Amino acid sequence: MPLNEKNKKAETLSSEKTDCEENGKFVPVIVAFCCNWCSYAGADLAGSSRLTYPSNVKIIRVPCSCRVNPTFILRAFGRGADGVILAGCHPGDCHYSTGNYYTRRRMTLLFSMLSYMGIEKERMKLQWISAAEGVKFAETMNEFSKSVEKLGPCKKLGDLRCK
Amino acid sequence: MQRIGVFVCHCGSNISATVDVVRVAESLKNEQNVVFSADCRYMCSENGQSLIKNTVKEYGLTGIVICSCSPRMHENTFRKTAGEAGINPYMVEIANIREQCSWIHKNAAEATEKAVILGRAAVAKLNRDFPLTEGESSVTKRALVIGGGIAGIQTALDIADAGYKVDIVEKKPTIGGKMAQLDKTFPTLDCAACILTPKMVDAAQHENITLYTYSQVTNVEGYVGNFRVTIKKKARYVNETLCSGCGECTLKCPSKKGKNEFNMGLNNRSAIYIPFAQAIPNVPVIDTEQCIKFNTGKCGLCQMTCQAKAVDFSMKDEYITENYGAIVAATGFDIISLDKFGEFGYQMYDDVVTSLEYERLMNAAGPTGGHLVRPSDGKEPKTVVFVQCVGSRDIRECGKEYCSKICCMYTAKHAMLTREKYPDTEVYVFYIDVRTPGKGFDEFYRRAAEQYGVRYIKGMVGKVYDDGEGNIMVRASDLIAGEQLTIKADMVVLAAATEPDKTARTLGTMLTASMDTNDFFTEAHPKLRPVESPTAGVFLSGFCQGPKDIPETVAQAGAAAVKVVGLLSKDSLKSNPCTAISDPVICSGCGACKNVCPFGAVELAEKTVLTERGRETRLVSVVNDAVCKGCGACTVACPSGCMDLKGFTSSQIFGEVDALCR
Amino acid sequence: MQIGDMLSDRIKELLTSGKADRVFAWETGELVFDRSPRVFSKGLKGFVYDDFCIQNLCKYMIEETKKDGKILVLLKPCDTRGLELLKKENRIKRDKIYALGVPCGGMADGEKIKKLGIKGILSVRDGGDVFVIETAEGEKTVDKSDVTADKCLSCQSKEHIDCDELFMPEKSKDTAVIDRFVQVEEIEKMTEDERFSFWRSQLSKCIRCNACRNVCPACSCEKCIFDNDNSGMASKANADDFEESLYHIIRSFHVCGRCVDCGECSRVCPQNIPLHLINRKYIKDISMLYGSEDKPALLTFDKNDPEPDFLSGRGI
Repeated sequence: MPLNEKNKKAETLSSEKTDCEENGKFVPVIVAFCCNWCSYAGADLAGSSRLTYPSNVKIIRVPCSCRVNPTFILRAFGRGADGVILAGCHPGDCHYSTGNYYTRRRMTLLFSMLSYMGIEKERMKLQWISAAEGVKFAETMNEFSKSVEKLGPCKKLGDLRCK
Repeated sequence: MQRIGVFVCHCGSNISATVDVVRVAESLKNEQNVVFSADCRYMCSENGQSLIKNTVKEYGLTGIVICSCSPRMHENTFRKTAGEAGINPYMVEIANIREQCSWIHKNAAEATEKAVILGRAAVAKLNRDFPLTEGESSVTKRALVIGGGIAGIQTALDIADAGYKVDIVEKKPTIGGKMAQLDKTFPTLDCAACILTPKMVDAAQHENITLYTYSQVTNVEGYVGNFRVTIKKKARYVNETLCSGCGECTLKCPSKKGKNEFNMGLNNRSAIYIPFAQAIPNVPVIDTEQCIKFNTGKCGLCQMTCQAKAVDFSMKDEYITENYGAIVAATGFDIISLDKFGEFGYQMYDDVVTSLEYERLMNAAGPTGGHLVRPSDGKEPKTVVFVQCVGSRDIRECGKEYCSKICCMYTAKHAMLTREKYPDTEVYVFYIDVRTPGKGFDEFYRRAAEQYGVRYIKGMVGKVYDDGEGNIMVRASDLIAGEQLTIKADMVVLAAATEPDKTARTLGTMLTASMDTNDFFTEAHPKLRPVESPTAGVFLSGFCQGPKDIPETVAQAGAAAVKVVGLLSKDSLKSNPCTAISDPVICSGCGACKNVCPFGAVELAEKTVLTERGRETRLVSVVNDAVCKGCGACTVACPSGCMDLKGFTSSQIFGEVDALCR
Repeated sequence: MQIGDMLSDRIKELLTSGKADRVFAWETGELVFDRSPRVFSKGLKGFVYDDFCIQNLCKYMIEETKKDGKILVLLKPCDTRGLELLKKENRIKRDKIYALGVPCGGMADGEKIKKLGIKGILSVRDGGDVFVIETAEGEKTVDKSDVTADKCLSCQSKEHIDCDELFMPEKSKDTAVIDRFVQVEEIEKMTEDERFSFWRSQLSKCIRCNACRNVCPACSCEKCIFDNDNSGMASKANADDFEESLYHIIRSFHVCGRCVDCGECSRVCPQNIPLHLINRKYIKDISMLYGSEDKPALLTFDKNDPEPDFLSGRGI
């Protein structure tokens, strides 16, 4: 496909995004991968403490942050996510002792690569959130959602086929 | 083809106050394979449970989605219900619409929309679920304790007292370990031998304990509940059953040039020897390097002397293979080599000694009968300088970055005992910090400094040298007074850093138990599982996990024993069914999975697989379900995607991602 | 006597002495600069070793060592790094290989000769530091250094690893003239949008021929995730550039920490996409963040590893 045609497609993509605009305001789609032992529990604590964060943040539970394959992240971007965040136990606190150390390396290198390819680095984040950090969970999601909102829709990695 | 039932819980009004549960149930009816969808006031109640059971029957459901509170709350409840209703307990997915939805969103429309999306993701995941069964494996009711010091002895005694068979493997000819070498113990100053030797005897006489001294573990196979261990029993050339322990042979032995290891080489012993008087077993061993018979073929005096006919020069190393349900590492510690600490003159001067050597010099059963004299000339020292942190908290390559923990206290003990026995001796202690966290510890240290007049000086010793007239000089700085000191010392005692026993690393590899960079065994969780290794069925006792004093070691030894007993008391082990699974047809055998597995659950094995090119025999990864904990680290390390995680398969997560981003 | 002839003699000796049963080497192709990998099982007719034998033969050893007998393979210094990787990852049976290290003075790029405007090329002869080119218009000479293949310009080393024998290693010549991270740094210095349009323009040229994957010694999976219908990653219609970006991002992540930087991916790319610049970014990041380690970067960790923000904090 010629390049200019591709650009056109990317433009149509951004106009299709009106679906997720509420009152003219862009609402990003955010996927949060949370490890079962710390961050998912942190999200539960945020919930039981009634700490609000945007409803566009949707959580996927994984046993450990090290279960998150870069393909999951790219799939999310491909299918229309505007931001992807991974949350896991603090280094040294991993339920499986070393899982999050692998996560840290993988994401450091992957995020660096995506940024090298011109994808806004603010669209991806790795955060350590313990089961006791309900406040941190809500704050992290608020801030992340806000920063992704500022960037607008993610056009760069969208998979046009699936639209 | 799946038949899915969706149940949306009101949770009283916890969910239904913000989420339109009826609309959620209605909306989820349109999802793939959903044949039933309804709301219910309390899904976790008796009523909710019977609704599930009845619906499963009525609609022939294959799986259920519950939109309710966090799965951390009621996942097990619903799995049990599913099981009772006749479907696989793992064909249950939960959409968390309370903690992650109704409780945090105030706008009803927004919350309802999110609840629908979370429900869709759960349905998408369930559509890719498959039934899982918990693995089951047997438990061999016998434990192995590696290391026969106070840690190993205590662990073994506690396991044995609970009624289980336990074997101790000790590499030295006797059990007892480092504690047996100690004179007094801080902070109570009771004699180490008086409290240790009765335990050694208990261990030897316990009907449930088997001792393998002068032995080493050479191979470990298997996994939790089912280890198969090979133990090498080195030839000691004295038959343990025949020997009466009279010790006549050791007296008759004409070779007396062996370094007495128990006395830190401060005196010599015979070639056939019993390490110390209370050794267990009280059976001599022949040091073949020193033995005249072994070196020249002549002599054999010990054999002629022995009335029990226990000496046997033809004895060979023996290999024993035994099955165990659990293994405890209790390999203990050693002090570091001081070869690279030239500044302290340890290699140069006989009167510069390590604390462990000093311990032997103070000990009534030691080389000097407990009379404190200088090794060089046998005179009583009048000035003794103690140097702390020799190699501990030392970031240089020759040192250890960690605190050895025990040195502050034993130095206070040595200083105090020296002043008590020889009040005219000047005692200096050079320290960086004095660390005394422990019951009665700070009081003990203060007694040494205040009542016994031990001169504590904050500062490091820079150099120990000879003044040219045969005097040992210590140059140090006093950081508080801000001045340089030079002390003429009769003896210098170095608190050398501790390190894990050298055998720990090889053992760690055999056990696939992880270790830190300092060769200490790593615990499964630093706070909550301090006596378990990440490798299931392997437990940690004593110094091998990190520096510890005797009371801490004993406490941990007991804790390890309880964990072992807890394991051995089970008739079979149920394992988490959400384990990694490898597809041998796709696996390339690169070993990336094995590399990252924290539990040693992945092995490479030669297998014949049927590929697109035909039958091939090659290395492929094999996951041991009994050991895998299901973290998923391997699934990402694997580039081919042949490694997946049951319960959280890539396809399931893709399904969830797609549903959330739709 | 040219090096190829001397090498051929040595190979014959090795075959006679039973060190190997077959030889994996290069033969002359149809065009003047063409060299093709080939197994020689009877005689060495067509064998060639010269400055155009650029292909890395190590990956063929996966299939070759599944066969009976021992294979002799010729490896240039950079090729041996690939062989070492394949050995570490159990992809080859090293004991069925006789690795003969051959010297390398930098390989030549035939296209570069053509670009100098030399037409009607009939043959090329090694003239020491120059190529003597016989053309329809007479003989011409070209400095070898002017036509060195791109990947050799940032050569890492002329040291062989793990060879059974080295053949005239003194003939190797250092050809590194460009720091291998310079181009990566240039891209890093661009703005985000510039980087995106650079890579989009490059990656949208991709025709998914899989040549980069097939040549890569680190891409040796029995079945590639992109060919596996059950992986959720299998390629479908070639609909847009996301597919290609995804393929290259994932492929580079899979070889991350394992890439031996042989440069073959870019060399074989029919669309001239500078794929090595993706892999080199990882190599650069790894060397800066983690230094040199025994294991591939993604298969190990240090408790004090930096957080992902570390790099963005430094503007890279």
